Amino acid sequence: MKFILFLSSALLVTNVSHAAVDGEVAYIFNTFLFIFSGILVMFMALGFAMLEAGFVRKKNTSAILLKNIALYSIAGIMFYLVGYSLMYVDVGGYIGSLGGMFYNPTSDELALLDGAENVDAIVETGYSAPSDWFFQMVFCATAVSIVSGACAERIKVWPFMIFAAVMTGLIYPIFGAWTWGGGWLAEMGFSDFAGSTIVHSVGGWAALTGCLILGARKGKYSADGKVSPIAGANMPLATLGTFILWFGWFGFNGGSQLAMGSALDVLAISIVVVNTNIAAAAGVMVAIILSQLMFKKIDLTIALNGAIAGLVAITAGPDLQNHFISMIVGGIGGALTTFAIPLMDKFKIDDVVGAIPAHLVAGIWGTLAVGIFGAGSIGVQIVGILAAAVLVVPLSAIVFFILKGTVGLRMTVEDEAIGMDRAELTTEAYPEFR
Amino acid sequence: MKLITAIIKPDKVEALRKALTDVELQGLTITEAKGYGRQKGHTEMYRGAEYDVHFLPKSRAEILVSDDLVEKTITTITDAVKTGKIGDGKIFITEVSDIVRIRTGERGAEALS
Repeated sequence: MKFILFLSSALLVTNVSHAAVDGEVAYIFNTFLFIFSGILVMFMALGFAMLEAGFVRKKNTSAILLKNIALYSIAGIMFYLVGYSLMYVDVGGYIGSLGGMFYNPTSDELALLDGAENVDAIVETGYSAPSDWFFQMVFCATAVSIVSGACAERIKVWPFMIFAAVMTGLIYPIFGAWTWGGGWLAEMGFSDFAGSTIVHSVGGWAALTGCLILGARKGKYSADGKVSPIAGANMPLATLGTFILWFGWFGFNGGSQLAMGSALDVLAISIVVVNTNIAAAAGVMVAIILSQLMFKKIDLTIALNGAIAGLVAITAGPDLQNHFISMIVGGIGGALTTFAIPLMDKFKIDDVVGAIPAHLVAGIWGTLAVGIFGAGSIGVQIVGILAAAVLVVPLSAIVFFILKGTVGLRMTVEDEAIGMDRAELTTEAYPEFR
Repeated sequence: MKLITAIIKPDKVEALRKALTDVELQGLTITEAKGYGRQKGHTEMYRGAEYDVHFLPKSRAEILVSDDLVEKTITTITDAVKTGKIGDGKIFITEVSDIVRIRTGERGAEALS
């Protein structure tokens, strides 16, 4: 008894004397968070690749895989060359400068590497700049992944890659500058924790623009308005991709706490991780229940879209301090996406993977939800949502139309029939089934 | 010599194989097939959109027999795969003019046994 008393008083003393960790330790943990979370988000690129490979027909499998590894690489290069600079370096309100092009370690960083004892100069920055660059770059790649899935099976490989370069080098960084870069939307108080709008709606608006300009895959809609669904070739891959995205999302949202150097930050990250999981689970279950009610049978592809919808919806405000509200936010995301899927067919928008319902619709909802349940003002949230549309739709349309008028955007009818793997690549995905 | 072709439900292939083995009828070739008879397909749904499936998955069983085994084969097939519901399939009997066993070059009835 006496011992226990002693122990508890010792604990008490520890609590009282608790102090923040020292600057270098915080620097290490913050940097670790960026690297670790960035690696998780990088894995989402594989998630998108697998999801899309599952949703396309087998004759377009290699092409969609190529687009995915290409877009990730293009994002890595473009965000290095100009994107990061336009998004984060000397942002004036609307756009950053080109002062950060061809980014390299700073003189302080180089001095530390050379053994100088100026640790303080580095530690004061809070985290290592390269780790931040890496974390921001993988987000940029995510935005363009959304476009490849929606426009699959008809947009030619080279025009898609050109679009990806403009998207990752210019379009995404401009909207990023307005928000995370500290531009005018950030000044207004627009709140988007990990990017329901900044990443997912931006990708979704570009995807919608692309789908409208490209038109539907041949055979999807007949002249009399009838829909002939084109089923995805590989549901195990689609499911694998969805699970990988869910997995990577813990880095996407968790890492967006942007700091791990204190108990407060680590606790906040834990809350974000829990909310992210609950929202995704709710998105799935609502999509399953609704597809059963609406279509008399469960649709796996809609259940998979439901997971993404729940994740996208919670991304704007995963720091909610009430897990039950996360369930509601994710569940409504799943519902809106499920309702939007047949609506797409009604407007003859042929989105192969359901990217527009899952990323754009749920992204808008998630951003609004921060105004409803979180700290954001609903009016400002609406301004942010509209700003994304006003920026991304015209810019994407200009790029798509230029490509359409020059090199052409869409495969010929003959090429579409034989499939992109044979028309544009030398690599068929499943050659033994010839 | 006859070629007996049976279009049957895919899930009845194993029952057919077992029944034929039990009565010691030798040789069976199965092909995956699609088609329609009186059933004329049905509607399915993908991502909330209905579509018509005109061809139903079926299996095509092919058996070569001597003339005296035709009736026994037909009875065996019918007993093995019949459910009494629409979609059970059909059996066609075709005259075969000759048979060659590739390994030995045997012809006709010799190639059959």
